[in-house]
Amino acid sequence: MDYIGEHLLPGKLGHFFIILSFVSSLVAAIAYFKSANASDISLAASWKKLGRVAFLLDGISVFSIFGLLLFIVYTHKFEYYYAWNHSSLSLSTKYLLSCIWEGQEGSFLLWTMWHAVLGGVLIRTSKQWEAPVLCVISVVQMCLATMVMGMYFFGVKVGSNPFLLVREFYAADNAPLFSRLDYLSLPQMQDGQGLNQTLQNYWMVIHPPILFLGFASTLVPFAFAISGLWKKNYGGWTKMALPWTLFSACLLGTGIIMGAAWAYESLTFGGYWAWDPVENASLVPWMVMIAGLHTMVIYNSTGHSLRATYLFMILSFILILYSTYLTRSGDLQDTSVHAFTSLGMNWQLRIFVIVFLLPSIFLYARRFKHIPFIAKEESTSSREFWMFIGSLVFFLSAVFILTATSLPVINKIFNTNFAIGSDPEFPYNRIQIFVALVIGILTAITQYLKYRDTSRKYFLKKITIPTIIAVLIAGLTTAFGNINYDKYGIGYLVAIHLALFAAFYTVVANFAYIWAGLNGKLKAAGASVAHFGFGLMLVGILVSSSKKSVLSYNTSGINLRFDPASKEKSQENITLIKNIQTDMGKYHATFLNSDSTNLAGNIIYFHINFKKKDSTDEFTLYPNLIRNTKGQENFSNNPDSKHYWNRDIFSYISYADNMDREADTTQFKSYPVNPNDTIFYSNGFMVLNKVIPNPETGKYRFTAADTALMADISVTTKEGLQYKAQPVFYVKNNQIKYIVDTVFAQNLAVGFSRIIDNKKIEIQVKESNRLVPFVALKVYEFPFINVLWIGTLFMITGFIMSIARRVQLNKSLRSAG
Amino acid sequence: MKKTHIVILVFIAISIAVLVSFMGDLSSYETIASAKQKDGRTVTIIAKLDNTKPIEYDPRTNPNYCSFHIVDTLGNQARVVYHFEKPFDMEKAEKIVLKGKMKADVFEITTKDGILIKCPSKYKDDPKAAQNNLSQN
Repeated sequence: MDYIGEHLLPGKLGHFFIILSFVSSLVAAIAYFKSANASDISLAASWKKLGRVAFLLDGISVFSIFGLLLFIVYTHKFEYYYAWNHSSLSLSTKYLLSCIWEGQEGSFLLWTMWHAVLGGVLIRTSKQWEAPVLCVISVVQMCLATMVMGMYFFGVKVGSNPFLLVREFYAADNAPLFSRLDYLSLPQMQDGQGLNQTLQNYWMVIHPPILFLGFASTLVPFAFAISGLWKKNYGGWTKMALPWTLFSACLLGTGIIMGAAWAYESLTFGGYWAWDPVENASLVPWMVMIAGLHTMVIYNSTGHSLRATYLFMILSFILILYSTYLTRSGDLQDTSVHAFTSLGMNWQLRIFVIVFLLPSIFLYARRFKHIPFIAKEESTSSREFWMFIGSLVFFLSAVFILTATSLPVINKIFNTNFAIGSDPEFPYNRIQIFVALVIGILTAITQYLKYRDTSRKYFLKKITIPTIIAVLIAGLTTAFGNINYDKYGIGYLVAIHLALFAAFYTVVANFAYIWAGLNGKLKAAGASVAHFGFGLMLVGILVSSSKKSVLSYNTSGINLRFDPASKEKSQENITLIKNIQTDMGKYHATFLNSDSTNLAGNIIYFHINFKKKDSTDEFTLYPNLIRNTKGQENFSNNPDSKHYWNRDIFSYISYADNMDREADTTQFKSYPVNPNDTIFYSNGFMVLNKVIPNPETGKYRFTAADTALMADISVTTKEGLQYKAQPVFYVKNNQIKYIVDTVFAQNLAVGFSRIIDNKKIEIQVKESNRLVPFVALKVYEFPFINVLWIGTLFMITGFIMSIARRVQLNKSLRSAG
Repeated sequence: MKKTHIVILVFIAISIAVLVSFMGDLSSYETIASAKQKDGRTVTIIAKLDNTKPIEYDPRTNPNYCSFHIVDTLGNQARVVYHFEKPFDMEKAEKIVLKGKMKADVFEITTKDGILIKCPSKYKDDPKAAQNNLSQN
């Protein structure tokens, strides 16, 4: 059948390049393997040449696949499932890239593209290591190529092809529309399903590429480690791999923290880290990478810790594969808010892990005895000893997080049914707080130790002043910082304060070290700068988390019908009725309107005004609701924050009546009444007390010059509660006007519509459950959250400084040797 | 024995202690019936929203009280009280993971993270919704 209007060429090309990338990476792997194992130099060189060509071809292929996919999305070729399912016409151009990595296939492509780039750099720089290192990379590339293959082998589906057409995707359903040759002209094929609303955020444009560069870069130290074991050149690679390890730690860390920033900005759990399995899955490899980075530095300086370095470098990459399995297999569905759903490739993902885990562990075990080590043990006054302890603590902490995150997998394997309790964060926090304490102190003091041995006098002389300053700062913070997070008891509170001291110690000691230890030589200060930033991050995390507070407690005193049980429960949402100033702790909050939308009309902004009661501050927040895409009704909420230098006020809409709007069909009913007459309504009655001309008290300010009448009405509910309703009837510029008064607690609107005769007036009453627009709002305060972000910037800067220095050192080493 | 080895042994001992205490504090997946047996203990239930009964959430009067009914795969039912806002798109959830305590036949959830909505709309493509769109008209 020839369908009308389909563009099949990009898909066919894409498919071709997928096959080509698989074949060329296979050829590259074989050629580089042959080259690495060849005993004859000229033979090795010719195999290497073939390997290079094949690897280059693989690189061209994956970039072409990505480019074609982007072309399909960019030109809105909705006959392709990828474009149809992940994008739409109204989507702003800047998010078109995000469409690519919304799907699993696109993110695999992103990952493999970075491998191609890193491999290209390694071909140019890795000299004698090129063949074995590129061989390992090519094998990984080959495995990743199968992930987007989308072919069936003996009835087993291998990979998921991003170039499927919509009609191919739904082929099994025999949808009637595909029996028409012109199905593309049908309205449902004219536009796509759109990008998930929560991903329409600028962090989601930049976070995935950086994170996947981080993922991809863990392969480089792994490939070096495997090559070292393979070629039995056990210690020869660590100097060359050190900048790569730094690069990997830097990029993976940056990628993770960008994800945290996105979560903080656009998710509503009220924070940047929730120990969600998806977050942990990339944190754990990073922590192992950091442990490996430190043991690698130890080895380069002293010859100790090479075995540990191998272990950490191998595990870091394996854990990246494991995290790929965790987040993409759907096995985390019951524990994570944001794991991918399964694409039906679970076994393929498991095999991906096993294919690298078993051979590398086998190789490591076989070669373990041959890996050189120094029999003489490290002195306890040496830098390497404490660095190793720190790495070990970091590693064990990662193992703990890994175990807790893997509970669904453990349950699956052992048929158990463990689950984290109702507070998902504390089981992690109560362990990590002590890790922070130990790591903080070690990070502070270790740089003041020298390799091999340090004299007590030297050490004490250098460390005394930073210690005193840190104790002072921490003491002042404890005394005046009002950190009294006692939700988990006094023991945990003490731990927080101890960890805070350790964090300040890290900051102060590393800051001081740049002068005291390095005499201000900034070139060599990369590690200190990174550690300084790390300390700031710890301070920011500890302070912002333990001082985070809910601002939206209802303090209005308005009679709300609470359930009896909720009295002792936290009441974190506050209801704001439109234009009614409501008491909210230190603030008066007013919901002004929800009139504004964005251009596309899919975002509703809620205009909310906050005024400090002591009127020292006033600001506006626009928390908003984004209409769901992909054929879902309803909305997703998107928070808004006010940033101060020392805190953030963070708010989001918990509920708004716009969300399920129905027309208000209730009508006003008229009642002719005299003073002291009674009107009954469904939940009670009201009495007209008197009619007051030109009221000047209460909420109205009429003067004697006006013509206004106010009906003073007492409302009594059947529960016996009393309210006032004071509708007004007045004349202005020869026109009759009304002010309807409302009793929100009773959903009553009361109007004064006309004067019937001397005494008698007409009162109108409406009972409605959608009287006035309102929102339920949640507001948090995060003190000193900026310290975390600033610390991150310092850490990244420190990493970059270190990379630059190590690259330079390696260069001068090479030119000297 | 080297100092490093001693340190490693100590750390392994600490790690085991930590893991044991962590495992001890874990809750378990239960059905509604078995959760009722464990009255007052935090458990995790995976269930579906009982669509035959209304979700009670009236944010105008109390934005911090949401009550609904669930039914598990064995057909048992229970009322749930969640002391926070109604999660978005709850009605469309195909599966709800709940962490809380059964108290006198009412399942009480007192932490905000106590509900995980398995909703196709968050992050995930709902093939069915997309498919429905396809077969419209």
